[in-house]
Amino acid sequence: MVAEHMRDMARDGIHGRIRNLAEGFMGKTMIQKLFAAHTAPGAPVEPGDIIWLDLDVRTARDFGGANVVQNYREHYGDTPVADPARTFFTFDLVVPPSNIPYANNQQICREWARTQGIKVYDVNAGIGSHVAIEEGLVRPGDTFVGTDSHLNILGAIGAFGQGMGDQDIAFAFKTGRTWFEVPPTMKVVLHGMPREPWTARDLTLAVLQRLGSDGALGRAVEFYGPAIEALDLAGRITLASQVTEMGGIIGFPISQTAHPPLNPALLPDPDADYAETLDLDVSGLEPLIACPPNPANVHPVREVTGKRIDSVFLGSCTNGRFEDFAAVAEIVKGKRIAAHVMATIVPATRRVYAQMLTSGVLETLFEAGFIVSNPGCGGCASGHLGMTGKGEVQISTSNRNFPGKQGAGQTYLASPVTAAWSALAGEITVPEVKA
Amino acid sequence: MKATQITGRLWVLRDAEGTLYNDIDTDMIFHNRYLHITALAQMGQYTLDNLKGWEDFARRAQAGDLIMAGRNFGSGSSRQQAVDCFRALGIAAIIAESFGAIYKRNAINSGLPLIAFPELSICGVRFQSGDTLTVNFVTGEVLRNGAEPFQAQPFSKVQLAIYEAGNLFEYGKTAER
Repeated sequence: MVAEHMRDMARDGIHGRIRNLAEGFMGKTMIQKLFAAHTAPGAPVEPGDIIWLDLDVRTARDFGGANVVQNYREHYGDTPVADPARTFFTFDLVVPPSNIPYANNQQICREWARTQGIKVYDVNAGIGSHVAIEEGLVRPGDTFVGTDSHLNILGAIGAFGQGMGDQDIAFAFKTGRTWFEVPPTMKVVLHGMPREPWTARDLTLAVLQRLGSDGALGRAVEFYGPAIEALDLAGRITLASQVTEMGGIIGFPISQTAHPPLNPALLPDPDADYAETLDLDVSGLEPLIACPPNPANVHPVREVTGKRIDSVFLGSCTNGRFEDFAAVAEIVKGKRIAAHVMATIVPATRRVYAQMLTSGVLETLFEAGFIVSNPGCGGCASGHLGMTGKGEVQISTSNRNFPGKQGAGQTYLASPVTAAWSALAGEITVPEVKA
Repeated sequence: MKATQITGRLWVLRDAEGTLYNDIDTDMIFHNRYLHITALAQMGQYTLDNLKGWEDFARRAQAGDLIMAGRNFGSGSSRQQAVDCFRALGIAAIIAESFGAIYKRNAINSGLPLIAFPELSICGVRFQSGDTLTVNFVTGEVLRNGAEPFQAQPFSKVQLAIYEAGNLFEYGKTAER
């Protein structure tokens, strides 16, 4: 309490200026630098400080979108949003709508967007966070909010993305900003290189296993190490998306090789202050799987080998990239998935779908027996597709397996590679490694 | 001014074995099959209906009741309905060892009192459903059955300001940059 009182005093008077001066010489983490660039000049950005954060892009999706419109109308009437050119709707969950309530909600958003001059990425576009990266709506160093709790995926390109509720987003549409508490940063250093072949998902599961469901609670995370440098954009997206399941605000893979490159002005200082540093040796990484009932219940795949599966889901904002499906195609080419297995693929975006189409990946997957749907979120929403029935066992590359989340069945979360080998075998299987 | 101290009947969210639930996620609080709902009045009835043993909570709860849970309450999605369903039922406050970050924001922004009680599982006391709790938002004091005092975290400065303004929208009208 005393420290808090002193902080308040410091912020208010001459001491505040001294404190700012002192902090000007102290190293800053990535989130501190990013926030400092998006708030009043000189405002303190130490962990726990509350700042007004300028939001470069504000979005809503079909979940929460109609609620945003309702809140906006109730509080701001027919007045215009702060900046229509930086405000978007992205429909990605129930696409196209499979029931009337969602059709209604999407139409409410469409009509309101028209009156406001806001662009809608409609039911054919794909997952909002991925569309934002592909279409260049967000660049490294930007701030981006929406009604999607996995918007911290944008950490993969060194931008700040955050999911928020519909009141927050209505406020952001109108004002272009929101309040935010500067989170402490933790540093996760991954030592060593896993033996080939390995996947970003297994690396991510290894971090989840160590951190648990609340190991990063309320924190920003910076990831370091040679394995992080080796990740492509798809891999960084996989890692960044699961920071939500670690309880974190956002995770930044700090990579010198990233494309697009991280904003050099926002790279963390060598003497930045971290709440915690966690070292993890990943040189012995093996295929991992999150068993029910939660994403942090991570085990080696070999421990659950032989578990009969009824269905496979490949996609989601965590593993819905072209690279993920190309890896699956390589495994199943010329083969058929097990006769009793229903396997569904949902590309993240229309662009991913196009790549699958032109590269031949789509045909390979079709021939192997997969259902390939239009782009979107897939099984994370009751509505698009991919829900499980009671007693059904599913292996999925999605991001959550809480009880009842993806239906009444049991969901196991693993990499696309593990899921592909399991689809062929009809049971959970450790991927075969080519000699 | 809104009340900064409240007294109410407590519900302690435990599983069948009597263990305090941790990691109650937003799909357990307000399942994604109801996410098309936009009217607050329709949200209350589905509260906690995907949390084992608590499916009938909406029928048992009364306005003014308090809820207690373990770590990371409200983890998962950003859906506002997972906060609004409690507001619809008139739940006066949620006390937990810790909260999911987005959930915390959503509750603060809509004026639903959240009390972080970091020492809940180590304070050695078994809170029971039916206990009467008095909670002071400014001091963080929690009083059990009028006799046993505990120290939880007080509201943060911004939490108190938004709570007193009513919600984020009202707060935004008065807040200076």
